[in-house]
Amino acid sequence: MSQTIEQLYHRIEELTPNRINLMEVCGTHTVAISRLGIRSRLPHKLRLLSGPGCPVCVSPAGYIDSLIEIALQPGTTLTTFGDLLRVPGSVRSLKQAVASGAKVKVLYSPLEALEFARQNSGVEVVFAAVGFETTLPTIAATIIQAEQSGIVNLSFLMAGRLAVPAMSALLQTNDVRIDGFICPGHVSVVTGSDAFKTIVERFAVPCAITGFEAVDILSSIISLLEMKNNSEASVVNNYLRAVKPGGNLIARQLMEQVFDVVDSEWRGIGVIPASGVKLKAAYSRFDAEAKFGISIEKQLSHPVGCSCGEVMRGLLLPDECPLFGNACEPSSPVGPCMVSTEGACAAYYNYGQSGRI
Amino acid sequence: MCLAMPGKIVAIAESVATVEFGGVTRAISLDLLPEACVGNYVLAHAGFALQVIEEEEAGEILAIFAEMERLDSVESTC
Repeated sequence: MSQTIEQLYHRIEELTPNRINLMEVCGTHTVAISRLGIRSRLPHKLRLLSGPGCPVCVSPAGYIDSLIEIALQPGTTLTTFGDLLRVPGSVRSLKQAVASGAKVKVLYSPLEALEFARQNSGVEVVFAAVGFETTLPTIAATIIQAEQSGIVNLSFLMAGRLAVPAMSALLQTNDVRIDGFICPGHVSVVTGSDAFKTIVERFAVPCAITGFEAVDILSSIISLLEMKNNSEASVVNNYLRAVKPGGNLIARQLMEQVFDVVDSEWRGIGVIPASGVKLKAAYSRFDAEAKFGISIEKQLSHPVGCSCGEVMRGLLLPDECPLFGNACEPSSPVGPCMVSTEGACAAYYNYGQSGRI
Repeated sequence: MCLAMPGKIVAIAESVATVEFGGVTRAISLDLLPEACVGNYVLAHAGFALQVIEEEEAGEILAIFAEMERLDSVESTC
């Protein structure tokens, strides 16, 4: 296997005559690339940019503020994935709000929120519905179960985001040249490889669906370089073991049944058309925004000096941010990319690889 | 957070599977993957199975997950 890996690195070297930018869209890939030491083994002309692929990182500060507002209301318990606890809102994080009496319960699955609501009928239970296409079907399926069970004390504050429109938006801004996408593996399990055809057709940018082993990631880099060098663009599926052309059809159908696609704000990036979801009218009784009469404030200012937005758009590498490793580190994060384990800044910090000269 | 964990289905009752993840078992809904059978390895995310996979696929994903758990526990003690 090590021989094969060495051959793959050699092939990448051969295929990289000019400066080239590839973006890994998925936070889990960012971690895998760092953990496997891939960045430091690549030619210096080949830059791997970390994209907006960490759902926690792109959740707006105003969304965190709204979660805190809900969690402070009497008789209410906010339930959430643990990743969200330390993400800064405009003033504080959920974890900091707990000290002021916010009731927050960390769960592994939205189904646990449903079960908690069932067992605590006197409590208003709200689930922080954060996630990409991987997570959204689990929320849709939970909502359908809640409806079938007649649960009335459960609602969802939606911050679901769609990865494919975000990738298209990055290509439209022309802020940075992206020569190819290392497409997210587990998002693709749901969406299918065909979902990325739109990027190839509209922008002629090659896409490679990628698993999480070193050989998967290196093979995808090679696929993208070969396509780029041949002036070709298509969707290559290097994660055939888990990703089908049409993805998980039941998951996709449940998303269509429960959600409408809407414009949505991505922290540090701004509003991206058709990149978020809201509950369809038929399921509006599960909408926490309506139930609690709150409105998520948009486009709050970012912490001074924080470059998370630039990092997620591929304009800067994490260690090019002036705060990186100084004012901002995992134990005292300034921006969301340093909070989440899958954030690009945290991955760079934890593994200490810049991948540059 | 899009990481899906590989595990082995050891039992199924109605549409809920008992899935073993490296010695720990969890109840995993098969609402999104009704075709899964006992003995299958599946990718599970947030309490739901998303896809049937080959056994060999499990290894590397589990390694990434263990690493992220380790980093989380380090950070939470800071």
